[in-house]
Amino acid sequence: MTLIDTRTPDPKRLIPGATGDWEVIIGLEVHAQVTSNAKLFSGASTAFGAEPNANVSLVDAAMPGMLPVINEECVKQAIRTGLGLKAQINLKSVFDRKNYFYPDLPQGYQISQFKQPIVGEGIVTVSVGPDRKGEFEDIEVGVERLHLEQDAGKSIHDQNPTMSYVDLNRSGVALMEIVSKPDMRSSDEAKAYLTKLRTIVRYLGTCDGNMDEGSMRADVNVSVRKPGGEFGTRCEIKNVNSIRFVGQAIEYEARRQIGIIEDGGTIDQETRLFDPVKGETRSMRSKEEAHDYRYFPDPDLLPLEFDQAYVDDLAKDLPELPDDKKARLVESLGLSVYDASILVSEKAIADYFEKVAAGRDGKLAANWVINDLLGALNKAGKDIENAPLSPDQLGGVIDLIKEGTISGKIAKDLFEILWNEGGEPRQLVESRGMKQVTDTGAIEKAVDDVIAANPDKVAQAQAKPSMAGWFVGQVMKATGGKANPQAVNDLVKAKLGIE
Amino acid sequence: MSVDIQTVKRVAHLARIAVSEDDAQRMTGELNAILGFVEQLNEVDVSGVEPMTSVTPVAMKKRQDVVTDGSKTADIVANAPATDENFFLVPKVVE
Repeated sequence: MTLIDTRTPDPKRLIPGATGDWEVIIGLEVHAQVTSNAKLFSGASTAFGAEPNANVSLVDAAMPGMLPVINEECVKQAIRTGLGLKAQINLKSVFDRKNYFYPDLPQGYQISQFKQPIVGEGIVTVSVGPDRKGEFEDIEVGVERLHLEQDAGKSIHDQNPTMSYVDLNRSGVALMEIVSKPDMRSSDEAKAYLTKLRTIVRYLGTCDGNMDEGSMRADVNVSVRKPGGEFGTRCEIKNVNSIRFVGQAIEYEARRQIGIIEDGGTIDQETRLFDPVKGETRSMRSKEEAHDYRYFPDPDLLPLEFDQAYVDDLAKDLPELPDDKKARLVESLGLSVYDASILVSEKAIADYFEKVAAGRDGKLAANWVINDLLGALNKAGKDIENAPLSPDQLGGVIDLIKEGTISGKIAKDLFEILWNEGGEPRQLVESRGMKQVTDTGAIEKAVDDVIAANPDKVAQAQAKPSMAGWFVGQVMKATGGKANPQAVNDLVKAKLGIE
Repeated sequence: MSVDIQTVKRVAHLARIAVSEDDAQRMTGELNAILGFVEQLNEVDVSGVEPMTSVTPVAMKKRQDVVTDGSKTADIVANAPATDENFFLVPKVVE
């Protein structure tokens, strides 16, 4: 692959060194487990967490004479993902054998795609940010290819002093390897790219994106250079299993390489491991043999071929993708790009928001979901999937505000109650007497009381009309927040004779 | 195309096959004879001909995404020299 530099060095992304600034170049190979019931080439289940070797067929265990038969759903999932990455779909692709020995690879080779992958070049638009000013910057990260391959089994090394334990449940599960171009220039960009990729596959339903279950993992290629110079020698950090670790690994690795070069050394191209406990990368004992996978076409499998109509059918049923959803929220609901970006960042959040916003004021719904709900979830360390409030309940709160039954301030209290105790918003407002006071007589009395008690402030307010807010606050306090703020405001101004 | 003894030893090592010096010597000759035989194919002009995988055009067979296999742990580990709780046991592969 020829490396093409698609980016202009950007001062705010450079890393300062002893000899001046350095630019870090990052490319990611992401392994995403395909969402399917059965494995890529066998009828065994892909379910996570089964008993050891329960989800294994004789094909997965590489028993002699077993032949692979491809699972069509995995092919469709790869095509869908390719479409989501706006990538070239190859109507003909070929499966190859990648040969190496490891105990959790019973075949002695991995069935993968080498020369002719199912998906070619694509593009991912990544929003990096928000920065200190709350702004996002869009960058484009090129996708080199996406290919289908088998996952390996799992080795456990800590059960026994002299033996490793091997479980083949994962052996043969379909993976998509998504290879980016070396288009990223900071750890933030790499994290944003990985996050975006995860969002896309989750929207598409082609991978669950659960990094802690290993459904998504990344090999990170890092090199450094003087801004705009020749690409440096890269190191590959294998199998990083969280977005945060990807960022940490890049930061550490870039500084390590800069240190070596500035001390007059050179970078060896090698494979490294990230140690999350120490926050550092270290060399994997380099095998005596350089990688020699001796790829060749798998004689057990014919080329994978389909026609354009097959692709078009899949394209037709593709769900709305995050970028399109964002554009729609901005255009049809009038949301800010910032708010829309947050709402589409995770499919679960977008789904929740759309239920709340259905038939309601989109901006108000966005405010409540982003500021109140996401804020509270964040504070409680909860995911939106486990939100104590359903979209219906939150929508109920918004309805009550809109129709003037409760004030915005009371709505916050109602939110608290729903969060902690649950219930039906309208009933709660009734039973707990939270209704807004719109009875002008009662409000008028409260306003009169405050004015009577504060003659000095009255004089100040008449000189400086913005002081009226103080009176509004006092009246709201006196009425337990239940007075209609607009009515209070009008009355205060009328009584003070200001406008 | 021909191979030297170094290549033969390397290929044997990659395939994890133990080959003695004598055998490597003999195999170099044998492999070169085979390669020479296959080399005759190069005499055929195939420019402009798509490589084919099958004499008659066949489409790859595909399966539905249904779980039809598995839950045969006893069969899977039956031939393993060492097992524990249905895991395969192998000599430790990391230090």
